[in-house]
Amino acid sequence: MNENICAISTSLGVGAISIVRASGPDVINIVNGLFKGADLTSVATHTINYGHIVDNNEIIDEVLVTIMRAPKTFTKEDVVEINCHGGISTTNKILELLIQKGIRLAGAGEFTKKAYLNGRIDLTQAEGVNDLISAETDLERKYAMNRTLGNLSKLIIDNRQIIVNIQAKLAVNFDYPEEMDNIDMTHELVLKELSTVKNNLEELLATSQDGKIIKNGIDVAIIGKPNVGKSSILNHLLDENKAIVTDIAGTTRDIVEGTITLAGIKLNLIDTAGIRSTNDVVEQIGVNKSLEILQNADLVIYVLNNNEPVTKEELELLASIKNVQKIVFINKNDLPSKINLDLIECNTIIYGNTITPNGLQDLKNQIISLFKLDLIKEKNYNFLSNARQIALVNASLERIKDGIQGAKDGIPLEMIAEDLKEAYDALGEIIGVTYKDELLDELFSKFCLGK
Amino acid sequence: MKYDIIVVGAGHAGCEAAYASSKQGLKTALITANIKNIADMPCNPSIGGTAKGIVVREIDALGGLMGRVADISHLQIKMLNSGKGPAVKSLRAQGDKIKYPENMLAELNKLSNLDIIEALVEDLIVDSATIKGVITSDEKTYICDALILTTGTYLKSKILIGDTSKNEGPHGETSAKHLSDRLASLGFELQRLKTGTPQRLDPKTIDYSRLQEEKGDETPWTFSFDLEPTYDVAKQHKCYLVYTNAKTHEIIRNNLTKSAMYGGYAEGIGPRYCPSIEDKVVRFADKERHQLFLEPESAFYPDLYLQGFSTSMPIDVQEQMVHSLEGLENAKILKYAYAIEYDAINPLQMNASLESKIVANLYTAGQINGTSGYEEAACQGLIAGINAGLKLKGKDPLILKRNEAYIGVLIDDLVTKGTKEPYRLLTSRAEYRLILRHDNADLRLREYGYKIGLISEEQHERLLTKRKNIECLTEDLKNTKIHPQDINDEIKSVIPNLNFGISCLELLKRPEIKIHYLIQYLKKEYPKDIYEIVEIAIKYEGYIAKTNREVEKMLKLESKQIPEDIDYEKVQNLASEARQKLQSVRPKTIAQATRISGVNPADISILTIYLKKYYSKDGKK
Repeated sequence: MNENICAISTSLGVGAISIVRASGPDVINIVNGLFKGADLTSVATHTINYGHIVDNNEIIDEVLVTIMRAPKTFTKEDVVEINCHGGISTTNKILELLIQKGIRLAGAGEFTKKAYLNGRIDLTQAEGVNDLISAETDLERKYAMNRTLGNLSKLIIDNRQIIVNIQAKLAVNFDYPEEMDNIDMTHELVLKELSTVKNNLEELLATSQDGKIIKNGIDVAIIGKPNVGKSSILNHLLDENKAIVTDIAGTTRDIVEGTITLAGIKLNLIDTAGIRSTNDVVEQIGVNKSLEILQNADLVIYVLNNNEPVTKEELELLASIKNVQKIVFINKNDLPSKINLDLIECNTIIYGNTITPNGLQDLKNQIISLFKLDLIKEKNYNFLSNARQIALVNASLERIKDGIQGAKDGIPLEMIAEDLKEAYDALGEIIGVTYKDELLDELFSKFCLGK
Repeated sequence: MKYDIIVVGAGHAGCEAAYASSKQGLKTALITANIKNIADMPCNPSIGGTAKGIVVREIDALGGLMGRVADISHLQIKMLNSGKGPAVKSLRAQGDKIKYPENMLAELNKLSNLDIIEALVEDLIVDSATIKGVITSDEKTYICDALILTTGTYLKSKILIGDTSKNEGPHGETSAKHLSDRLASLGFELQRLKTGTPQRLDPKTIDYSRLQEEKGDETPWTFSFDLEPTYDVAKQHKCYLVYTNAKTHEIIRNNLTKSAMYGGYAEGIGPRYCPSIEDKVVRFADKERHQLFLEPESAFYPDLYLQGFSTSMPIDVQEQMVHSLEGLENAKILKYAYAIEYDAINPLQMNASLESKIVANLYTAGQINGTSGYEEAACQGLIAGINAGLKLKGKDPLILKRNEAYIGVLIDDLVTKGTKEPYRLLTSRAEYRLILRHDNADLRLREYGYKIGLISEEQHERLLTKRKNIECLTEDLKNTKIHPQDINDEIKSVIPNLNFGISCLELLKRPEIKIHYLIQYLKKEYPKDIYEIVEIAIKYEGYIAKTNREVEKMLKLESKQIPEDIDYEKVQNLASEARQKLQSVRPKTIAQATRISGVNPADISILTIYLKKYYSKDGKK
């Protein structure tokens, strides 16, 4: 009935071990046909079995095969995981063998899709799985894990429950108007209960900003004139975190110099091309791009020289990023101050020196306090993490607000009940219990192969 | 004898079915076990109520009888939820149990092509899975092209009072013993349902001074769109409020094992929406009192119906229970409460036209389909009568959608979700209730009745005039401007400072402005109902537009047909519960599939993808 699917579950080429995973009704049988060792069809479920993958008596690899029988598996189907030696050729060879024996190559996100379709996880959990797999920091992992366990679902379900309770009370009033002992759902009562939902959803949206930070990190752009010391700052930040510096060259964000973690949160350090007026066309393109980066950054660290007056150009640049969160770092505090600070509009100014060095810890502390990173760590991680979820909570919140306004205006309660129904459905869509045409395709196409 | 259509049973469903069939010019027979019980009201004397009152108007809009017969046969009438919004208002009348059946019979007697036959139908003639006729207990055969079964509670009915039971129908009538076995042998899945009725009391033995009066409305009303009120509002009969108390509850709790339902003497499933008093006391143990009504049953015999006190306790306990109620200490019980069990079919085995999926040209309506209530029965009878007629004429059936009528909601629920308890309509069952109102039932449905032949030219003309009036009043409001110096006291009381001229239409959009504040400014006068309907349309424009958008979405899914020949075994990845439900309901459209409980959004996606992959747009493989 259900198809057999397989894929390489680990990233190709790196690491000593790769895992090839297969799910479906016949996968144990098929893998057994390629396996030299114990009879996999008769081993106990959830066991790891040592042996070799063979192809026409030729040993392909020495492997450990995990056998997990339905229904207690990720997909609720029989699952086999072949732990083989890393390296593109071996792993690919094993995958090819499975495909030859009739197991279809999995589509993007298909394992998770099976888990969802077989009722193992709901939609928010499915999205959580995706995040878990790409989690880079510990905090990110914790948060993704929480969602995988269904914390967000519970929050959504709880708020839907409040809405349904209001609806039910209204229904009793509408359908049994002569039962006078029932609670009369007045506009005031509806208003009160809707306010609770409104507060809950607003809180969820507020924390979802933190969710974005946890998931994507904070983009920090460091700017300043050449030789002002911005490279030193960059290197100091990176040096301390050498072990976790990742080179993201080749990605679209080719200006990201590296990533560090601060209080468990990822900082994406971005270097910008020098910014100054120029007649050179090529250089001008670089300048424009830098300006764009600055405007999109979560934080700009502007490095100035204590020993020089602020130039007109620098002031103009500062003005152009007026709405961006900023820290001004005044370097070379050992030299006589010639800087005219009263011209600079910025609340967070740090003095320091990249040579001694000092002020760099202040800089980090400032970042922590600006983004309240220390608090994020203490919170419960029930965040909405993608645009789809946030849009739906917003839509639901809008309807709740309409309902509140209606209740204030004395609009008939059956009209307000319509708003509540929409609010209820929008929340339901987050956890996948309201039908929407292309929801599934859209969602699962965002998954990478083999998860 | 040979008929085009035979209707078995002359309750509320049967009467409407026979009427609809005859009005379509078809030779019709209405077979009933007892002509005296035509359109009988064996339970509550009321017609209408929340949602149900709107159904009565829908029946009237389509050309059925219930509304206009009720209008000339009631003791009291009122608009329920009059203090709430327009979409939950609904009429409820106390029907006279003598006059209503009399007036119904008079209507049926006007039909020259209708024969009313007194006989008990015990067998069906079926050939090649098509109905051919019926055989009665006196062994007569009646041949027909289509049959409508509206057997009410008479299929293997069993009356329960305490631990005693009798195999009979209401009023001690003979129950149909063999018909349900015959249906079972044809492949119908039968289920056992239960309903109950409370005591009837002698009006002379009640202490009214200790009861609260419930009067009819001072505004005169009619269900029918064609009739003007003819009754005297001041002469309406009164109802009374009664409350249970701690003593009543104690008696019930102490005797629970003697109740037919709790003592294990009954097997049928009763309605959650209309529980027996022992159910209420057990399930809502912390409630100190339950509200009851004393309602007159007829102007022609002294009898009060104790609404809300239905029970299957033995009679000695019933005596104690009734006498524990304040004002009823000395009440004489004329008739004891009883529970009744009966067979019903599984409505999933019928089409939305109410034709059986098992036997062609066999239609069912009313309690046999698992519903409860006179209005629910009547509207199904009407639809079954219409559709049996349309089928014999080779035309498509009338299937009302959920956005068109409560009748559509009721039938769609039955054939999509089935029912495990007697089904009652509620406003909360309708997702588009803002547009399914009592005031616009004729606008929604009368054209259908006209096309089928149940609505006369004159009635149709009235509809066209109404539409014209609505249009004129809307234009009038739009074109009439009110200037600050002209505002009347009513407007001033809600808008003290009107700073500039504004059209009546714009003004009416404000929640605090009522249409009657504006009437003096308009060019002419309009009928009362026109003001109401236009006011709703303007004031709640935004909400109604929202509902209409939801309707659009549903209709889009409704247009996605599921081919008749689909094999759900071949649709991969469906959850097994969904597969099983889809297999048994066999929905006609994706929209209907989304409404089946146990079929989840994921299943719908899978089904949609499957259809896209294996069927072309016109449903071909």
